[in-house]
Amino acid sequence: MFNLLHTIKHALHLTPQSHAFRGGVHLSEFKRTATKASEQCPMPRVLMYPVKQHIGQACEPLVKVGDRVLRGQKIGKSQGYVSVPIHASTSGIVTKIENHIIPHPSGMGLPTIFVEPDGLDEVDESLIPLPNYRSLSPVELRERVRIAGIAGLGGAVFPTFIKLLKDKLHSIETVILNGIECEPWLTNDHQLMLEKSHQIITGLDIVMHMVGAQSAIVAIEDNTMDAAFVMQNAVEDMKLSQVIKVEVLPTIYPQGGEKQLIQALTGKEVPAGRLPIHIGVLSTNVGTAKAIHDAVCLGEAMTERLVTVSGDALPSPKNMFVRFGTPVCFVLEQCGLDSCDDVNIIHGGPMMGEILRPTDIPVVKASNGLLAMKKATVMASHHEEEPCIRCGDCSDACPAGLMPNLLAMHCKEEQFERAENYQLFDCIECGACSYVCPSHIPLVHYFRFGKGQVAKIRREKVFAEESRQRSESRDLRLRKEQEEKEEKRRIAQEKKEARAAALAAQAAAATDVADEALTETVSEKPAPTPKAES
Amino acid sequence: MILLSSPHQHSGNSIQLTMFTVIIALIPAAMVSVYLYGWLAFLLLTMCIGASMLTEYVCLHLMKRDIKRLWDGSAALTGLLLALTLPAAVPWWMALFASVFAIVLGKQLYGGLGYNLFNPALSARVVLLISFPLQMTSWMIPMHAGATLDMYDFGTSLQFFFFGPDAVKQTWDAVTMASPLGYLKTELGQGVTVSQALSDYHYSTFYAFIGREAGSLGEGSALALLFGGVYLLARKTISWHIPITYIATVAALAWVFNLINPDVYAPAMFHVLAGGLILCAFFMATDPVSSPSSAIGKIAFGFGCGLLTWVIRTFGNYPEGAMFAVILMNCMVPLIDYYIRPRVYGYFRKRAKA
Repeated sequence: MFNLLHTIKHALHLTPQSHAFRGGVHLSEFKRTATKASEQCPMPRVLMYPVKQHIGQACEPLVKVGDRVLRGQKIGKSQGYVSVPIHASTSGIVTKIENHIIPHPSGMGLPTIFVEPDGLDEVDESLIPLPNYRSLSPVELRERVRIAGIAGLGGAVFPTFIKLLKDKLHSIETVILNGIECEPWLTNDHQLMLEKSHQIITGLDIVMHMVGAQSAIVAIEDNTMDAAFVMQNAVEDMKLSQVIKVEVLPTIYPQGGEKQLIQALTGKEVPAGRLPIHIGVLSTNVGTAKAIHDAVCLGEAMTERLVTVSGDALPSPKNMFVRFGTPVCFVLEQCGLDSCDDVNIIHGGPMMGEILRPTDIPVVKASNGLLAMKKATVMASHHEEEPCIRCGDCSDACPAGLMPNLLAMHCKEEQFERAENYQLFDCIECGACSYVCPSHIPLVHYFRFGKGQVAKIRREKVFAEESRQRSESRDLRLRKEQEEKEEKRRIAQEKKEARAAALAAQAAAATDVADEALTETVSEKPAPTPKAES
Repeated sequence: MILLSSPHQHSGNSIQLTMFTVIIALIPAAMVSVYLYGWLAFLLLTMCIGASMLTEYVCLHLMKRDIKRLWDGSAALTGLLLALTLPAAVPWWMALFASVFAIVLGKQLYGGLGYNLFNPALSARVVLLISFPLQMTSWMIPMHAGATLDMYDFGTSLQFFFFGPDAVKQTWDAVTMASPLGYLKTELGQGVTVSQALSDYHYSTFYAFIGREAGSLGEGSALALLFGGVYLLARKTISWHIPITYIATVAALAWVFNLINPDVYAPAMFHVLAGGLILCAFFMATDPVSSPSSAIGKIAFGFGCGLLTWVIRTFGNYPEGAMFAVILMNCMVPLIDYYIRPRVYGYFRKRAKA
């Protein structure tokens, strides 16, 4: 009966929240590491730095084998605009630079810099702390955020500095600090808020200064109320309660998604194909805010992050500060896992994270969680696919308002035009549809396949169009050449004929010199006449 | 190693769970049918469920599909739903024919579970009604409404079920009566007013609600059906969209027209409680396979069902229109799913059609 009331309330939008986003699901949380104090992960024997740990272009290694690097030293130079540099996370010697597997579902490799720590952990002090950030220009701070290698720690790892732009066209009114950890198992953002609230709020203040925002909202779900209190206290301590509000939202997945959170807090939707900045909103994750604080106030490049190390196969789950480059298996061993072979390792949360092959993959900027799951648990959620019974649970759960069952059907049948008509590219891959599907259809998997295929078809179309144009212009050129050739030949022919005619005329003239005027007429007239005469 | 794509967590819902939840929700209605029609109801239920499952097994076997599918509960549910839409007086061979039809033509020939356009149980029911209109509109007098046949006696019921009324020295007319909807339709045709017809029938809203009026097995008690419906809503096996809009549309139309002319148009409460409306609204129209997928589509579907039900009941030749309405709306589902979609995040005006 209570459920029914809830259903009715939800349907009529009578939930306490004023602007709930559409759809969503209530997940089992499994937050085993909730409120577990963070620990520092010990130093591994080797650290690995893939040259790309963010969305965008890869970096170019700046060091050679045998070089000594310091903690915070730039070892990868960013290439292009959408890119941030990579830093060593401890002092040591570069032992090799070679292609190595990275945490990515494809299991693809990238050039990776291997560093053997020397145990001294010497710090590169080239970045000067800038505690009086309010007196600095946004441009200066933006450059600092860029060179500190900060990419969004919420999961997307988009280079942060790009967002931190004071745009005259689109002024940012509200900065949203995303303290919503909607993935099950993960507790790193929650713990970071409990432990580093002042740094996070300072980071938020820096962001507000940079973009010229007048207000900010710290968004927290009601399953982490303690974090809300701690953050509220920090805001009050720093005398920022005039501009920064802490808002508690009812827990629902995927509220931590940028678009969903913006809708939940402001009631506004980011228009399709546009960015939050276009509606005057900027959102940033709590981990990113802390990293911005460290980069600006302490002059520290981003070299480590808080990672939730958990999972049902792990004897002692922990929240750990792990240096980038630390091998995943080493981290799991610190939590009592004997062997990485008998478990499935999820990189990220269970809803959007990927399963890694158990090889020595490093912790990177995107690693918010490492979950060692029993194979049986994972297999149970990847049950054999059954036919779709069109129940529409997926459609009800979809926060984007899509119809996942029809979309998946079109992707599966490779009717990609239809899939695009059903707004395939508006899918945010949150996994809510697959989670609720009674037929265990891996819907998100089909969408990824569909998106990949459509991208491929588009590329092929562009390629085909280019080839068509090339071939057409070649045909045109050849035809032109042919025509020119023919024209030349024709002219040559005419000249030849004219010459022949002239010769004939001369001959005729020779035979009949008596009439001078006739020769002139003949040279103008077509050739045959004089020939016939001759 | 197989590459596993996220998410790696699942709600634990399954087709089997969904189907068995619906079966559980139908138990009160089935129990009421046994109370009203004794062993006859039991025999009919057994026949339909058994025949459906057997047919499903044969189909799966012949079509070389996974035999495990038999246990997903969909065939058993089809049989159960079919039995609940049949009058208690139908002979065994009609029940058997309907069950085979529902599974073979209603479901498997479309490609099996999930691919059928029409609700299998309802399509079989409609075929029976069109093929055998007499038997399908002869309603047994329920046990507690002056039944002449002792349906609580197993032997009598068995004989009646297999050999017809002659075997128990009865005639059709003696053991059957008209349903409220049928009676009203006949009387209205003869110029009798609604209130006069209902009082002649000794129609009682209270009995119609708790269940004593003649009708199909499952139509007896609105209360029992509502129990099941609310259970399904609470379990979130169905959403409120179809049943509520369906019933509300019928009630609203009936109310308005009853206000205009109470002599010709039956009152809203009568329409809601009579016939198969509640059964159809909660258990037939909400069949996931043959209803739209999106919430907004479901609302459109429910509205269409309601409109057609009332129109057929009021202006059609058949006294009951609920099942025809659902079957007709089933045809509309692909169109509804194509044209009536939820608004996608970030799109504010009408979507450009590709």
